[in-house]
Amino acid sequence: MFKKDFPYFKNSDIVYLDNAATTQKPQVVIDSQVEYYEKYCANTHRSSFSDANKATQKYEDSRKILKEFINASLNEEIIFTKGVSESINFVASSFTRDYKTVIISSLEHHSNIVPWHMQGRNLSQGLKVVNCDSNLNFDFEEYENILKENPNSFVSVTHISNAFGKIHDIKKIIELAHKYESVVMVDAAQSLAHTKIDVQELDVDFLAISGHKTFGPTGVGALYVKQQHLKNMKPYQTGGATIHEVDFNSSTLLDSPYKFEAGTQNIAGVIGFGEALKYITRIGYKNIETIEKDVYNYLNEELSKLPNIVFYNDIENCIGSRSFNFKNISHDDIGILLDKMKVAIRVGHHCAQPIMKKLGIRGTIRVSTAFYNDYEDINKLIKALKKALDILN
Amino acid sequence: MTIKQKVEKIKEDLDFFEDELQKYEYIIDLGKKLDALDDKYKTPENIVHGCTSQVWLICEQKEDRLYFKGTSDAIIVKGLIYIILEIFSGEKIETLKSVDMDVVYELGLSEVITPNRQSGVIGMIKKIKELAQKA
Repeated sequence: MFKKDFPYFKNSDIVYLDNAATTQKPQVVIDSQVEYYEKYCANTHRSSFSDANKATQKYEDSRKILKEFINASLNEEIIFTKGVSESINFVASSFTRDYKTVIISSLEHHSNIVPWHMQGRNLSQGLKVVNCDSNLNFDFEEYENILKENPNSFVSVTHISNAFGKIHDIKKIIELAHKYESVVMVDAAQSLAHTKIDVQELDVDFLAISGHKTFGPTGVGALYVKQQHLKNMKPYQTGGATIHEVDFNSSTLLDSPYKFEAGTQNIAGVIGFGEALKYITRIGYKNIETIEKDVYNYLNEELSKLPNIVFYNDIENCIGSRSFNFKNISHDDIGILLDKMKVAIRVGHHCAQPIMKKLGIRGTIRVSTAFYNDYEDINKLIKALKKALDILN
Repeated sequence: MTIKQKVEKIKEDLDFFEDELQKYEYIIDLGKKLDALDDKYKTPENIVHGCTSQVWLICEQKEDRLYFKGTSDAIIVKGLIYIILEIFSGEKIETLKSVDMDVVYELGLSEVITPNRQSGVIGMIKKIKELAQKA
């Protein structure tokens, strides 16, 4: 029903089920970027001729759109980045060094693990991991025990697992953290394509946002920083466009968000991201959630009928991704054969090796859906899986 | 037969299949022909890096030539190993040292022989070159 908005589906006969890796882009997003390059390509925040003013205006419009989209209080709380990985690295480098302990969950992808290792934190030195139960649900009892023993910690958790689609109850995670004077960053890489986020209602301290997983262009994302933390954030890079005044002895920085956006940004990308958010607003999360839940349930029902399928979690509190294997069959073989049948899924560890190791597997077959996927896509997937199983058995 | 000639011969065989899926069924059949590798060789030092699947590769030197054996936990990859061993096993050490990795792109298996970081086939050829350097 919504595929007509996405040129990819007109130009490709692939059944696209790799949305957790990146989503397709609607025509309005593509047009907005082309329009920038064709009609008013100029740098932002520097020059004062009319095209430069227009570029600056459109760029800042996107900030306002995102601010309203996630219900932030101020434009200053929205910092554009390359994406979730940069947002997390930014906070890890610019804010968290004073926190003795960082708490993550066992479902994190590498972007929310490696930056902490780079800080010198590991399991014996300032990194704590909250495990999950057999259905990959967050263990709140263990979490509270860790918080009790380590008040004033920095908590960094994913909202929705890219590998398994499990939704963490971030409201509860944040409430508990605040009870123990801790600060929380939520990795929302998988969130905005599927569900509404209200940063004030959640009372989250930091939110890492992806553009390209939210129907926007690649190479763009954002970091929401609650106002009270802005003064304690130090830019981890500076240079052009961040500066108030410079002489050879010293430099003074602009206020947020400009001091955090060094160099020329991905202007077209940011403008496109704003358009993607406007597109989502037009469709509405109520619609998106209804369609997705329906397709996700159908996917699960149809997969469950396949012989020797192994799941690693139930579908309670899940959206987007469904991960599985077949007994005695390598996920790599399935990936290659499905590709030959024009079905795009992802196989492997999904940049989440620790949870794979914990489950004693090397990876999974992951089907990840978006609101434009329909029953027909699932039927084609199931047909291809059956054929692949026939060939491999 | 030179390495290039061997690649051309395999390419001819693969090109016989117009249907891509049939081509992979053929590769799966080749995998079934691969000699078994004793479990004792499935050690970390024999693992090929850069493979999404687990691949083990060992070699035996006879005079100035290297003879390879390998296996994988994925069936299609076993077929690819069969192809790689057909091309490189039994070649002279000096030849293997200077193998041009691009030669296998000729096979046209772009989905599995890609320059990306996960490409197992390229990992196998790198390992073959490493083993030749050490021999």
